[in-house]
Amino acid sequence: MKITATTIVKYAAAIVFVAGVFLSRHFGFAPGMAAGKSFRGFLLEMAAFLPLMFMLVGLFDVWLPRSVIERHVGSGAGMWGSVWVILLAMLQAGPLYGAFPVAQLLWKKGCSARNIFIYLGAFATVKVPMLTFEIGFLGLRFSLLRTLITLPVFIAIAVVMEAVLKSKGLVVLDPANDPTE
Amino acid sequence: MRVMLIITIAAVLASLLFDRRRTWTGIRRGIRMFLGILPDLLVVLIAAAVLLALTTESVIVRLLGKGSGLAGIAAAAIIGSIALIPGFIAFPLAAVLHQSGVSLGVIAVFITTLMMVGIVTLPVERKYFGWKIALYRNGLSFAGALVVGLLMGMFL
Repeated sequence: MKITATTIVKYAAAIVFVAGVFLSRHFGFAPGMAAGKSFRGFLLEMAAFLPLMFMLVGLFDVWLPRSVIERHVGSGAGMWGSVWVILLAMLQAGPLYGAFPVAQLLWKKGCSARNIFIYLGAFATVKVPMLTFEIGFLGLRFSLLRTLITLPVFIAIAVVMEAVLKSKGLVVLDPANDPTE
Repeated sequence: MRVMLIITIAAVLASLLFDRRRTWTGIRRGIRMFLGILPDLLVVLIAAAVLLALTTESVIVRLLGKGSGLAGIAAAAIIGSIALIPGFIAFPLAAVLHQSGVSLGVIAVFITTLMMVGIVTLPVERKYFGWKIALYRNGLSFAGALVVGLLMGMFL
């Protein structure tokens, strides 16, 4: 992993921000303290999911044969492929940015563009842990109706995305070896 | 969360049982990917935290509560698209919004844009998909969220 100037700037920005939060606390600057509190929450949420998620992605990367993904969720897999990626997404938890590395893995192993975007849509909107939370606060009726309406919407989005990409095909990069930096 | 930890530990143990070298290769690859996106993620989380500090609950209630008309929907769509609010804050907030008179259609737009559209997280998304695809996906999701909200408003 290369350490570039932009990487250093990003870490420096984080350090400056944390220093700013401490100063805000010292001088009682309320917005700064609030930002610090939210940041801590975001950081904990990220730290709870992402390292584990990436370890699993790494393990699946070395063990999962490409043929399996290609056969079940590739371009020729038909409707069942979409069902599989929706089920996979539903069983997961965490913020949407946690789905991008999984999407990258799926792409690398031969998942179709349509199923990758269906996976992202399902991850965003119908994760079971999130649904239980939603039902608790907004009720079963709201949650069920939203799920039923959202499902065809994100499938339609995936179909449009696939059509948009048709000529060149989808490429999902691994930021750890980003060629632009 | 705990489920995820158990699954990961089980996966690592099972993998170690079959092939130790391969397991370390996998774990190393995972960590490398994590470190590859970490700096961008930190910047995004900082931006999200600052934004969240500026848009307090009372501000959101005021903006969305103005009326269940177009202004409310527009405000819900814009705030939902920009903000990164985790579910454990967003759903209680949605319940508060509903109690203070915001229509369920507006709340559906807010929740759906929050879930599907991520403007602050674009710098991370484009690292995987590139700007073009990331913008397309977010743009289409924005339109999709409006459709969901309008239909929800009709049914509820």
